[in-house]
Amino acid sequence: MPSDSVLRLVWIYPDLLSTYGDQGNVLVLEQRARRRGIPVETVHVRSADPVPESGDIYLIGGGEDRPQILAAERLRRDGGLHRAVARGAAMLAVCAGYQIMGSTFGGEEGQPVDGIGLLDIASGRGAGRAVGELVAETDPALGVPTLTGFENHMGVTRLGPGVRPLSRTVVGTGNGDGTEGCYAGKVVGTYLHGPALARNPGLADLLLTWATGAQLPPADDTWYERLRGERLAAVLPRP
Amino acid sequence: MSQLPLRAQLASVLGRTAATLSRATGRGDGSVIGGRVGLALEPDLLRKLAQDRKLALVSATNGKTTTTRLITSALQDLGDVATNAFGANMPAGHVSALSSAKDAPYGVLEVDEKYLPEVVDTTGAGVIVLMNLSRDQMDRAAEIWLLAQKWRRALAGRNVHVIANADDPLVTWGASTAARVTWVSAGQPWKEDSWCCPECGGPLDRKGLDYVPPGGHVSGVPGATTQAENDWACRECTFRRPEPSWILDGDAAIDPRGQRWALDIQLPGRANRANAVMALATAEAFGLPVERALPRLREVRSVAGRYTTVERDGRHARLLLAKNPAGWLEAFDVLDPSLPVILSVNAQGPDGRDTSWLWDVDYRVLRGRPVYVTGERRLDLALRLEVADVPFQLAGSFGQALAAQPPGKVDVIANYTAFQQIRSEFGRAV
Repeated sequence: MPSDSVLRLVWIYPDLLSTYGDQGNVLVLEQRARRRGIPVETVHVRSADPVPESGDIYLIGGGEDRPQILAAERLRRDGGLHRAVARGAAMLAVCAGYQIMGSTFGGEEGQPVDGIGLLDIASGRGAGRAVGELVAETDPALGVPTLTGFENHMGVTRLGPGVRPLSRTVVGTGNGDGTEGCYAGKVVGTYLHGPALARNPGLADLLLTWATGAQLPPADDTWYERLRGERLAAVLPRP
Repeated sequence: MSQLPLRAQLASVLGRTAATLSRATGRGDGSVIGGRVGLALEPDLLRKLAQDRKLALVSATNGKTTTTRLITSALQDLGDVATNAFGANMPAGHVSALSSAKDAPYGVLEVDEKYLPEVVDTTGAGVIVLMNLSRDQMDRAAEIWLLAQKWRRALAGRNVHVIANADDPLVTWGASTAARVTWVSAGQPWKEDSWCCPECGGPLDRKGLDYVPPGGHVSGVPGATTQAENDWACRECTFRRPEPSWILDGDAAIDPRGQRWALDIQLPGRANRANAVMALATAEAFGLPVERALPRLREVRSVAGRYTTVERDGRHARLLLAKNPAGWLEAFDVLDPSLPVILSVNAQGPDGRDTSWLWDVDYRVLRGRPVYVTGERRLDLALRLEVADVPFQLAGSFGQALAAQPPGKVDVIANYTAFQQIRSEFGRAV
């Protein structure tokens, strides 16, 4: 992103994949960019419309089985997101949106459905539903503090050699093998559903740093930190 | 109703005894424990208690308790009505309601959305009232498209009369397999769960209203201002809004003959006017004309503590319950813009343990008035308001938030357990 221009956020398919407060990720990125003096423009792409290729950060959220299948079909047919990622855009994919990024995911009856192949992962349906608070230690290479959030999914995700785990779970299920989420290049996927960035401003800043190519000045994180502190204390075993 | 078999009679009596004990010992209002005791002794009790009565079942994400109360109030013009007035809306609550009014020829039962297929089947109710479906308590409830699909299957081929909100695409889809449907235009301010066709997944178009993204409403409360804006149709298949025979038009109801009735109900807000129109259409299905039903709707002032005022040290707090994003939107419509507002949010089991839904609510309408934040998950709400640029003050408890007000009136919006906590501390007067 050139320093004199506007940061472009693209929220993909809020009409299909936005059932868990996914809007929170858009609002947190907008707020944290503006606080650093970066002007922001957000585009909401409805599923009937083409995905623009010129965005800086793409967001895709969670949803029910059927909208998830529809979203995967439309993204594959559209191709705009693939071109944007190939161009070097950053992306945060959450829950159902995360599963779509892989080669395959579990459909309504658990049947395999083709994903869109932007991350080297494959998902299927697990035995039970993983519902509850999640805590995970982030890959140290990313410089992002402990992840905290809520998960609510039936998915099990296998990571291929083309991605790295985003984190290792301390509390919760995540991918199902002791890891949670993954990343490759500037594309991040996570089972932390809904407003994941509200509880993880460090992850929001990582996306902003990738998109702007610049170090961000510190922000006043009082309320973010109070919420993080309360949630981590409520979930982690007492020392 | 006195013809219950001996075992069912015994189950019913023991259930009522447990309910009395529950109330006498201050443990609750008795409507769940009584029903559980009865059902344990006689699993078929609900079916037997429902036999030979004229029953209406009321289901929706929001407005179930209030609409149940409004319909009950109307049908009392015809005779005694059994009802689960306190929102115990699963089969144990239904058993309790019906066995405590054994001779009532009518019954109006609020039914949890997930239990509707089972209760339709067990009770054989003749009238079913369906109002709205939207995201709610995602960590435990069935997802709403699946819910609507179960409604379709439960209603298909059954001899029931459904009264349904035609302005809600998912409700329309869920109701449209029924043999007979009276469609009501009751409005749908919350549209975030229905931009896609439930039949084919294509985009739904709304006349005179472009797609509005979540949080895209800045000034006031969104919602249709004209009848045309309630219309919807799928761009890709033939699924579209059926022609309504009853219409909520501003402060008035228009009946199937085109006659306009000023509602003038005491319950505040658009949502309650919508509930009132549903109640009038339901009353007519029972043969009760508007001129007899409407005066009875106007008698209802508060429902299970909703809209009542509690008082302490000269502070008069009006209590509004909002359990999910659509409910918050309707609650904002009721707020007095000149008053401060206290918001209280918990995340206990009945609320849903996940607070993600806070990010689906557009709080910007609260800018410019004093806002106090409390409840067990006040920090989640505090961050949400900060990101929305809504100034607020944090309070450790509802009592502290109330004490921080100048003497006079204040509005309160609380979610389910937060609301119950306030009621139990400040009086359960209904």
